[in-house]
Amino acid sequence: MTHFEQWDGFQGRLWKDDINVRDFIQHNYTPYDGDESFLAGPTEATNKLWGKLQELQKEERAKGGVLDMETEVVSGLTAYGPGYIDEEMKELETVVGLQTDKPLKRAFMPYGGINMAEKACTTYGYQPSEKLHEIFTKYHKTHNQGVFDIYTPEMKRARHNKIITGLPDTYGRGRIVGDYRRVALYGIDLLLEKKMDDFNETERHGMKGTDFRLREEVADQLKALKEMKDMAAVYGYDISKPARDAREAVQWLYFGYLAAIKTQNGAAMSVGRISTFLDVYIQRDMEKGILTEEEAQELIDHMVMKFRMVKFARIPSYNELFSGDPVWATLEVAGLGQDGRSMVTKNDYRFLHTLENMGPSPEPNLTVLYSSRLPEAFKKYSAHISITTSSIQYENDDVMRPVWGDDYSICCCVSATQTGKEIQFFGARANLAKCLLYAINGGVDVKTREQVAPAYKPVTAEYLDYDEVMDKYDKMMDWLSKLYVDTLNMIHYMHDKYYYEAAEMALIDTDVRRTFATGIAGFSHVVDSLSAIKYAKVKVIRDETGMAVDYETEGDFPRYGNDDDRADDIAIWLLKTFMGKLKKCHTYRNSEPTTSILTITSNVVYGKATGSLPDGRKAGEPLAPGANPSYGAEQNGLLASLNSVAKLPYEEALDGISNTQTINPGALGHDDQERIDNLTHVLDGYFEQGAHHLNVNVFGKEKLIDAMEHPEKEEYANFTIRVSGYAVKFIDLTREQQMDVISRTCHAEM
Amino acid sequence: MTEQTEKKGYIHSLESFGSVDGPGVRYVIFMSGCAMRCQFCHNPDTWNMQSGTPYTTDELLKQAKKYRSYWGSKGGITVSGGEPLLQIEFLTELFRKAKEEGIHTTLDTSGNPFTREEPFFSKMQELMKYTDLIMLDIKHIDEEQHQILTGCTNRNILDLAEYLSETKKPVWIRHVLVPGRSDQDEYLERLDTFVQTLGNVEKVEVLPYHTLGTFKWKELGLSYPLEGVEPPSKERIENAERILHVSS
Repeated sequence: MTHFEQWDGFQGRLWKDDINVRDFIQHNYTPYDGDESFLAGPTEATNKLWGKLQELQKEERAKGGVLDMETEVVSGLTAYGPGYIDEEMKELETVVGLQTDKPLKRAFMPYGGINMAEKACTTYGYQPSEKLHEIFTKYHKTHNQGVFDIYTPEMKRARHNKIITGLPDTYGRGRIVGDYRRVALYGIDLLLEKKMDDFNETERHGMKGTDFRLREEVADQLKALKEMKDMAAVYGYDISKPARDAREAVQWLYFGYLAAIKTQNGAAMSVGRISTFLDVYIQRDMEKGILTEEEAQELIDHMVMKFRMVKFARIPSYNELFSGDPVWATLEVAGLGQDGRSMVTKNDYRFLHTLENMGPSPEPNLTVLYSSRLPEAFKKYSAHISITTSSIQYENDDVMRPVWGDDYSICCCVSATQTGKEIQFFGARANLAKCLLYAINGGVDVKTREQVAPAYKPVTAEYLDYDEVMDKYDKMMDWLSKLYVDTLNMIHYMHDKYYYEAAEMALIDTDVRRTFATGIAGFSHVVDSLSAIKYAKVKVIRDETGMAVDYETEGDFPRYGNDDDRADDIAIWLLKTFMGKLKKCHTYRNSEPTTSILTITSNVVYGKATGSLPDGRKAGEPLAPGANPSYGAEQNGLLASLNSVAKLPYEEALDGISNTQTINPGALGHDDQERIDNLTHVLDGYFEQGAHHLNVNVFGKEKLIDAMEHPEKEEYANFTIRVSGYAVKFIDLTREQQMDVISRTCHAEM
Repeated sequence: MTEQTEKKGYIHSLESFGSVDGPGVRYVIFMSGCAMRCQFCHNPDTWNMQSGTPYTTDELLKQAKKYRSYWGSKGGITVSGGEPLLQIEFLTELFRKAKEEGIHTTLDTSGNPFTREEPFFSKMQELMKYTDLIMLDIKHIDEEQHQILTGCTNRNILDLAEYLSETKKPVWIRHVLVPGRSDQDEYLERLDTFVQTLGNVEKVEVLPYHTLGTFKWKELGLSYPLEGVEPPSKERIENAERILHVSS
């Protein structure tokens, strides 16, 4: 059995024989069921560094969203020397390491696609390097080039017409969470040794293409591990051996994450489930008397400060989809273990407390893995943080634990993945609302008038007949699901080939499980439209060419979001049906297909490209986000709406079902104590019914309107709101998206 | 009427998430019909009973119970309005069935229909068997001012407060604070003196007047009597809370 003196005081055996961080955590963590009174405020160093960072953020905003950008150096693990928040205060930083040589400076990352990398530069007034242009167009192919070389004409049409949107074919696919804890627990040398063993084990006679691919990938991982050591050495650290104390553990772990964000610009670059793990080190140091609570909080504050600084160079069309410059540095707290013990430690409090010590912030995307069986004090503290900062989200540990175990991370906004054991091939969303219109119009896009889908027979009757529409819709969803999966297969093949995540994969088991994560957009509108066709009379308005361009609905019909089974059953049917079709497709590298109902802020862009629908939504209007009911559909209050969403079976949408609700403080209770109690009851009630996710915002419409009109006010500088699956600074949204957020139901007092 | 005929109640609207209508998270049933004509009323669309939707008690309970998982140990159902006591038989049946299911029941009333005369009084006594908490609005302590503000006397309302005190029924007293109408220190002090004589008051709540319901007056073709009256300032609210010994 391997032993290091750095492990002295740690219990357990399995994790010493093999790479097994979960086993380490389960044997060594100390559950905490007390309240938040032990927490420490920010240190002077924290205040100084955070003050400086806020100045930089202000400057960044004043410069149109980008403070500085690289144009000459291709990002990599050792592309830069050391960088600090402030050169003159660098001794104050207890956690070091930047993506580039300067704070908030965006790296040049061409492997996903040189065009996007260059366009990002020119958008913000930077001149891309001619030499790099030549290299990445003439001598080295990119992921983007690979994909566009092999796309079929039909795929390009679907992409162009936005029935499939947000395909990761011009930048990193993201959603791969390295087990960054491994760097701290084992040190790089042991990880190298274990990967070398894996590499040797892939040898066999009669090897073929897939074997070569694996060997090449592991070889790349070994190289990345070695470079991680060099990267740390730049900052004066030797990470070849395990971390010996909490300070090193935080730093080692962060280096692992830094390796990921220096090499990949995926839409989602999650941190993972690190809180309980780090608590073990903090606890050991405190017992030894070498760490105080103030110092422990400072470590966490400084680490979180780094997560708040992660930046990538993006282009305007990307920002329209994912508004507010998000990186989904998602980080989880709480949850229960398989043995029933709460995994809440003091460190889970410390991470939430960063929102008090340094104010609200969209990143890291703090996620509470919720169960009604979490310690009451922690539930109350989380509710308090929600009410005061609107910066955290909740996900139901009770539905995820049976599927993913007790050491999963959230790899994007809401999707679970087993830490270090699993990756996702993710991509895009299928716009099912648009698909319904294709079913009615025989595959012709009402907006572009292009024949995108096969020319099936359109609906010609004056009034929509439910059975006829369902029949046609079923066929159209067949087409869409196949095309969607085929397109993603190509993307992931090329991504593996040209933009492989060597650093992240080096911190994941070689024998990795893969899921194939798809997504649905326009969910509530399809449900309400089908309900209108079934329960009311929907008249088709056609233009002179015979194209159905609008609908007139006579009579009332049940809408999703009112806890009415007539509508909610359609919602369940829709999810199961589309998921069933996806399961029939061959998926790349034998990955397991899943789907999600979440749309980020892309609901606005998707809506623009979608014509009028039978539910009354007019052409161009935003779609409802995620699994949220449509605007104005909720007639019976918050809990009725929550109950509708809670009916969607998580096992049919293992990639996540996102729901965002905004509650007026006055409607949550008279005073803070009442609000905390009531919000806790809402969360308990919602999740006990098997719901998956909830974003909670607590503020009134007036505040949003004021922030939109007066973004310069100091109080709005860090005003954070939750949107579908992540948080943003409200003032960083486009005006269009601000209007969209404002127009969504605010659950206020009667 | 025979036992078999299921009595229906007229319901204005249903709210799945009431968090300021009694203890904890509550399912709130707004009943139609009210004889008072409060100048500050934010739900004038509940005045006419016939405009409500008829429901049976079983239908309502079935709806309410869908939210049980949110109630925790304190929550339950609240019947508000309108004035629920105008449909007292229906209300009694609803609460009786709710109590059979172990659901906490709260009645939010103006007290306006209350009288110690029969046949009402016996019905009230029966209702009280199934009512865990009463939220009683005292709109104004002064009879004359009460008449002006609501079009009705307050004598039977204060009598209801005394009756509930005699029978030791838990009560929350609520007072809508309308600037220039019901926020003067003199009246607040008199109200406090009255409340202090009661032995059953668990809580006093000050409800600041708001203008969110004024559009409903216009929709109903009514002229809004408090046009131009602004919601009370924070200072006035705190002042009222101090005088009325509102604990926070």
